Amino acid sequence: MDLGRISRRHLLQGGAALTLGAAVGARPAFAAETTIGFIYVGSRDDYGYNQAHAQGAAALKKIPGLKVVEEEKVPETDAVEKTIESMINLDGATLLFPTSFGYYNPHMVKMATKYPKIHFEHCGGLWTDKDPKNAGSYFGYIDEAQYISGIVAGYTSKSGKLGFVAAKPIPQVLRNINAFALGAKLANPKATTQVIFTGDWSMPVKEAEATNSLIDQGVDVLTCHVDGPKTMVENAARRGAFVCGYHTNQSPLAPKAYLTGAEWNWEALYPKFVKMIAAGESIPNFYRGGLKEEIVKTSPYGEAVSAEARKHADEVKAKFLSAEGYAIFKGGLVDNKGKTVIAAGTDRGQKDPELEKMDYLVEGVIGATS
Amino acid sequence: MADGSIGLWTVPLAVLGGAIRVSTPFLFVSLGECITERSGRINLGLEGTLVMGAMSAYGSSYLTGSPWLGVLAAGITGALLGALHAGICSLPRVNDVAVGIALMLFGTGLAFYLGKPLIEPTAARLPAIDFGWWSDIPQVRAALRVNVLFLIGVALAPILYWAFRTTRWGLLIRTAGESSDATRAMGHSVLLIRLRATMVGGFLAGIGGSFLSLFYPGSWNEGLSSGQGITAVALVIFARWDPLLCLWASLAFGGAAALGPALQSVGVTSGYHLFNAAPYILTLAIMIMTCSPKRTLTGAPAELSITR
Repeated sequence: MDLGRISRRHLLQGGAALTLGAAVGARPAFAAETTIGFIYVGSRDDYGYNQAHAQGAAALKKIPGLKVVEEEKVPETDAVEKTIESMINLDGATLLFPTSFGYYNPHMVKMATKYPKIHFEHCGGLWTDKDPKNAGSYFGYIDEAQYISGIVAGYTSKSGKLGFVAAKPIPQVLRNINAFALGAKLANPKATTQVIFTGDWSMPVKEAEATNSLIDQGVDVLTCHVDGPKTMVENAARRGAFVCGYHTNQSPLAPKAYLTGAEWNWEALYPKFVKMIAAGESIPNFYRGGLKEEIVKTSPYGEAVSAEARKHADEVKAKFLSAEGYAIFKGGLVDNKGKTVIAAGTDRGQKDPELEKMDYLVEGVIGATS
Repeated sequence: MADGSIGLWTVPLAVLGGAIRVSTPFLFVSLGECITERSGRINLGLEGTLVMGAMSAYGSSYLTGSPWLGVLAAGITGALLGALHAGICSLPRVNDVAVGIALMLFGTGLAFYLGKPLIEPTAARLPAIDFGWWSDIPQVRAALRVNVLFLIGVALAPILYWAFRTTRWGLLIRTAGESSDATRAMGHSVLLIRLRATMVGGFLAGIGGSFLSLFYPGSWNEGLSSGQGITAVALVIFARWDPLLCLWASLAFGGAAALGPALQSVGVTSGYHLFNAAPYILTLAIMIMTCSPKRTLTGAPAELSITR
């Protein structure tokens, strides 16, 4: 029995926060205690999307002078407005992090207009000039990490068939699927990525059925975009398939089957935001970044990843980290219905807002968006 | 086939595999609810019992290393929740449907609260029996990896059917469900019979929960049940309070749940929301086919608060 596991995350959080505290050096001097509110759409402990944000919030709790209030399982409805109001009026929060995509418009925009002195930072939204200046939207280009996963998956797969268990066909999910498929084609031009949509963010039985169906079709490397990847990772590993993780590092669940994974790195970004505010700097209203900006990261390679795969993946990772960057979605891109979605000659760089409206699956992906 | 794929055969195989894998919680909850409802009481709280069972099974298996102790813990937790329901319903002028809804919220809430530290750890799982040893096709072997709880559930259905018809206990439960006056005239306590029937129902529902967390999908998280307990309670009405029909209905629901993902995996990608809704469409279709405005539901215990 390994009781130490329960607290492993807390230890890690503590460790991360200590390092950060040291890195910040001169600790931000907050005049009075500042209260920061975090709102999650699901459970804070889902081993996935919400937990990644909660780890970021935990990093803030370690900074002296900061108080963090949290509320989980807040639906993307009027309910989030009530939560925001109570965090402002009852808890005295002056900085809010509503972390789910659907909170942004109209709920958070409405609240930001009503409370112009409160600072709002939304995860995943698309801030435009029409939106209030005290609101901002930040997001990470996690498709960069999915692209790396795709390269590793493409080398590891023997059948050339990869599987993707996805929740809903929204732009962020489609971008991940496409990046994974394009990465895989870099390693093996014949590789296909089969996608199954389960219909919602947390459907463990459907996710397990989707995993089994994909493996029955000959798929031997799987990844996913659902709130809690644990079901997919464990069920795929039991059937002898390899997996790439998502949201957080799931390698302890299946150390032999885990290749690499796309992870959020909010515990680095949130203290950075707070430091910027304390120093009187303004956070850009539209804040984006990927591997280079340390908003996302990749899991360490598993033992099954070949030297060839590591070399290729590391080369591409170095390009993402370089000053000129790297475009995943290059000109001449064709979708899986044969339509050209990006005209030849116009590479869409990572910061191109067009990519955040993605509604297609690229050539090599088996599946449909509706 | 050379590349290890079996093409369109995936669909019937996935439906078969799904019927075996997904049906077990439906089967246990519906058989348990069948016993409870036959005694004249509805326990809508079995969704909460299922989730509590899943959580306590996972926790016990993690702490002791024995999944079978987990199953036992789930059963006991379920029986206790059943006793709570029956205890509150024994009080005068208490509505069993309302208590059930309250216990459903209580059970899920308590399970989420106590289950927080159990989401990350991996607990020992229940073993599977390999019934596919005769086949060389890995997909067939995977579909026929059967858990012993499924077999117990399948055996339990005819046993209950037989017990309701021919044993003294079966007769007493049915009498309590049909006429509390007759039960009292026979010198038995209606409340005691219903207490026991609800506890047995809770015990079985708890075991159904242990299957979810210890076998398939095989881990604890808060979305684990996603309403399967409620669906199973509805299955009992759909199966006309007949344990054998509960078995077939559970198998059909399990198979239907596998249909959506399986069709997508062979390339039928349009309208997956419709296929994901297959279990519910199936329920509606059968309800429409079997109901009639000219008579009441056949087989409904006369003492049930919904039919009385």
